[in-house]
Amino acid sequence: MRVYRALVGAQIRSQSQYRASFLLDVGFTTLFCAMEIVSVLVIFRVTPGLGGFDVREVLLIAALCQCGFYCADLLVGNVELVSKYVRTGLLDSVLIRPRSSLGQLLALDFPFRKVGRAVQGAVIYAAALWWAGVAWTPARAVLAVVAPAATATLFAAVFVAGATVAFWWIDSGEFANAFTYGGRTFGSYPMGIYPLWLRDVFAYGLGIAFAGYQPALALLGRPDPLGTPAWAAWLSPAVAAVAWAAALALWNTGIRHYRSTGS
Amino acid sequence: MPFAAACPETDRPDLPDRPPQPAARRGLAAAAEKARCFGALAAAGYRRYATYRQAAVAGLFTNIVFGAMLCAIMLAAAHGGNTPGGYTAAQLVAFVWIGQGLLNVVHMWGWREFSDRITSGDVTSDLLRPVDPIAAYAAADLGRAAQAMLWRWLPPVVFGLLVYDMYIPHRVATYPLFAASVILAVVVSFGGRYLVNLTAFWLLDVRGPLMVWGIASAVLSGNYFPLRFLPEWTLWLAWVATPFPSLFQAPLDVAVERTSVAAASATVLVQALWAVVLYVLCVRVQRRGVVRLVVQGG
Repeated sequence: MRVYRALVGAQIRSQSQYRASFLLDVGFTTLFCAMEIVSVLVIFRVTPGLGGFDVREVLLIAALCQCGFYCADLLVGNVELVSKYVRTGLLDSVLIRPRSSLGQLLALDFPFRKVGRAVQGAVIYAAALWWAGVAWTPARAVLAVVAPAATATLFAAVFVAGATVAFWWIDSGEFANAFTYGGRTFGSYPMGIYPLWLRDVFAYGLGIAFAGYQPALALLGRPDPLGTPAWAAWLSPAVAAVAWAAALALWNTGIRHYRSTGS
Repeated sequence: MPFAAACPETDRPDLPDRPPQPAARRGLAAAAEKARCFGALAAAGYRRYATYRQAAVAGLFTNIVFGAMLCAIMLAAAHGGNTPGGYTAAQLVAFVWIGQGLLNVVHMWGWREFSDRITSGDVTSDLLRPVDPIAAYAAADLGRAAQAMLWRWLPPVVFGLLVYDMYIPHRVATYPLFAASVILAVVVSFGGRYLVNLTAFWLLDVRGPLMVWGIASAVLSGNYFPLRFLPEWTLWLAWVATPFPSLFQAPLDVAVERTSVAAASATVLVQALWAVVLYVLCVRVQRRGVVRLVVQGG
């Protein structure tokens, strides 16, 4: 653990050396991500509801989903760079060190500039909870805290699984984006609006219904128009745990499959 | 002298057997030569991007997944005969699918090839060539766009046509207007990106300007949502004061026939104006930048 702390600390120090440049970077990436929420609001300018949900409800779904996504992106989003490591053969040097390959990769490229979006995601989530007028009970208060953590874990699993593709398909480029950024967009709206095949793959196959939609339903005290029971919201941590375990298994398979470039 | 031997014969000015040509003929020949050069550079741009087939397949997959999601959101917004922004459901479907295809044709983001060359000093070899770098990079970019039109635009549109109830333009004039609008969108996009890259003459690191361009072109081009979802006055402001709607919203509005033929022609005209404005800006800024250019020895 001390090793990782040192690595991450070094990254943070080096990235914040050029202060103006760093602040500019944080500011713009944060602004960029705010646009995701703004576009939800803009769509509600021209429509009274989406799939039977009003603007406050959709905003809560979107805020929860995106808060979790940005936390995951901060912590493990840079695993995307693994394709670069595989292509250049840099992964060799990671593998010969006596620490986990995944842990090292995450610590080596820790993107401190993404901290702005994670904070912004949390602030917007808090605002959305307040605006939605949640009728607080102890159970809902617990869920309001557990849900973003579960969402973040779930998206972290998607990031890792998506990056693993690079071990088999180096030029996969944007392929993983369909599931990571695509998952973020997908999870920001009520599930009922999607066609069946999309719902099967993303909502229940990848479990993204549990990153936003299901917990938001429970927080709002709304029954699901698709007929899932109310306790489904509490499955979120379990779904996230299963997804993370699956992603790690996939990662380990990928590492075993890795053949160095030899350079 | 070995260098003299390497010199081709025809370059010697005192060759007796070539009669002096009239000025007009020379101008025409020069223009033809320029056009041939432009074509060759564009073809090279086409071939360069056609090389990365696997990446194109991966990108297509992502475009189609995103298209399906955006379509679902738009159709939910248009539920029950609602016409958001004045578009019917079928028009919104067309907007999404043609838009997913156009993203890679217009290619608004992530181009810093020229600024990298300015930063490293390689730009000197661009300036030594007999072709203006603006023309050379524009040609390559048009070649890239042609490749993207075939491999990145066509498949999502065909997917949309097959799977969804998509609006098909019924006015004949729409087709040539759309073609012109797409070409102008590429030119405007190139002009904007080139201008951003030119800031490297002063800043060396163009990340800041690149991010401003990135955010503005994402939001104000109609990529996040059709611009007509915004209040009318912002719409006008975006169209007149910025080139961004010309990148994406313009060709899409033409394609889904959101407006009359006259208004669509006016849209294309605005695009053409922005293309000219950006070209003039590129020329001027480049001239100033080149004056500033200091090449470290070696």
